[in-house]
Amino acid sequence: MTTLEFSHVTKIYNVRGSGQLKALDDVSFTLRSHQTIGLVGQSGSGKSTIAKILTQLEVPTHGEVRLDGAPIPRRGAGLRSYRQKLRMVFQDPFASLNPSHTIRHHIERPLRLDHVVGRQDVDAEVRRLLERVRLEPDAVMERRPHELSGGQRQRVAIARALASRPALLVADEPVSMLDVSIRLGVLNLLADLQREEGLGVLYITHDLATARHFSDEIIVLNQGRVVERGPADDVILRPRDPYTRELRAASPDPEEFFRNRTTQTSGGAR
Amino acid sequence: MTESLLSIDDFSVVYDVEPPVAAVKNVTLDIRRGEIVGLAGESGSGKTTLAYGVQRLLKPPAVITSGSVVFHDESGDDFDINSLDVEQMRRFRWDKISMVFQGAMNALNPVSTIGAQLEDVFIVHRPAMSRAERRAAVIELLEIVKVGAQRRRSYPHELSGGMRQRVMIAMALALRPQLMVMDEPTTALDVLVQREILRQISQLRHEFGFSVIFITHDLPLLLEISDRIAIMREGEIVELGTAEEIWFQPRHDYTRDLLRSFPRLTGEKGVVVR
Repeated sequence: MTTLEFSHVTKIYNVRGSGQLKALDDVSFTLRSHQTIGLVGQSGSGKSTIAKILTQLEVPTHGEVRLDGAPIPRRGAGLRSYRQKLRMVFQDPFASLNPSHTIRHHIERPLRLDHVVGRQDVDAEVRRLLERVRLEPDAVMERRPHELSGGQRQRVAIARALASRPALLVADEPVSMLDVSIRLGVLNLLADLQREEGLGVLYITHDLATARHFSDEIIVLNQGRVVERGPADDVILRPRDPYTRELRAASPDPEEFFRNRTTQTSGGAR
Repeated sequence: MTESLLSIDDFSVVYDVEPPVAAVKNVTLDIRRGEIVGLAGESGSGKTTLAYGVQRLLKPPAVITSGSVVFHDESGDDFDINSLDVEQMRRFRWDKISMVFQGAMNALNPVSTIGAQLEDVFIVHRPAMSRAERRAAVIELLEIVKVGAQRRRSYPHELSGGMRQRVMIAMALALRPQLMVMDEPTTALDVLVQREILRQISQLRHEFGFSVIFITHDLPLLLEISDRIAIMREGEIVELGTAEEIWFQPRHDYTRDLLRSFPRLTGEKGVVVR
């Protein structure tokens, strides 16, 4: 059981010419193994700042992040071991894989760097990981990213994240660049892996529909502040905060749309 | 609403590579005056090739192998788009049919102000306009799309993604075209900004009466803004109907698959299996 505490974190950026920008304002949450938290909010709400602080690409101005009770080391072996336990899946599978390396290389790197398996077992582990994300190892291992579809690339990125056998996964808009028709497949894969490996997942998105179905709990951020949190269905179906309501009203919802559209004859946004 | 604006008949496009790829296959579609037609389909379904093809915006190896596209101008004249020469085509584009491209951040020139880029449209297409008239037109456009006249001196990087997309819409609106082709105009934007832009498109459509071909793979969104929707798959329109028909009585299996493929905000169908 791994517990990550994000505790009273405030992040202030100094912006040249216009003073200070409070990207996060006293944000707290706890992410545990076997749990999925959806983090929703519009552009600029602070979602990505949280991801950056979690991966220690940024340091909080106030507050702290603790893993199983211990603060996150700033450098060296301690930081490396922390990053082995918490991995990221990025939004853009076209940018997050190196175009000049094979898929095998992408998966091998973390295996070797983190000494996950012995040298003689690396090949078998690469195959196991690719099968885990439902890719055919022989069909993709020697290929380069440009030879794969967006969905396949994102599966490779997920396999790479899993290679270090992390306890926690931060997925920053992992399906928003993919076709609508394959999003569900990748989300279902993430959900399967989460359940089978007992991962704690932080799912960062502005898509309320997938957040609702994919998460146990949802946290809504607005301008760096948590405005609402609770069980996924409560937050999306019965939002209390005006900002959450606004997000919900802006999200496409054909079911409600056609229910309300009784006598109208022509199209038009609500 | 039933008056025809663009008649696409038996239209086919082949990418002449080895082996040749039939990207659009014998598509027949009528766009009526003032309506929003959604083109939905996955990547590679031919929706963008079709929309570019009817404006002759495709480059080799794309070849139009069959069909005709006739534009029924409000003046009463019919233009057969395939038979226009280079100069006629140059005048025709943007004047009659304009485009809003995906990713406004890439479509605008980063080293030129918003105002200068909008003015370019008039310099090219309305050479008789005076400098003062052009400036007035640019200011009017920026006000119409609610970016504000004072922003005409801004460079693209000084505007948010939503503002830049509004500038693109202003540019597409500049010559008061009768048809606007919008290629994933809101895909990169977050939901609140997306909703504002959609409202604006809808409002402008009512005000100016243009038709819209709206391309996206986001079917939930398309269902809300379109009058009619064409579902494309492997270069063919497999189903064409009003938004209600597509939602309530999808006839084609593929349409049903697409409708099942997205998680519903409030409903229970299409859920992630957990």
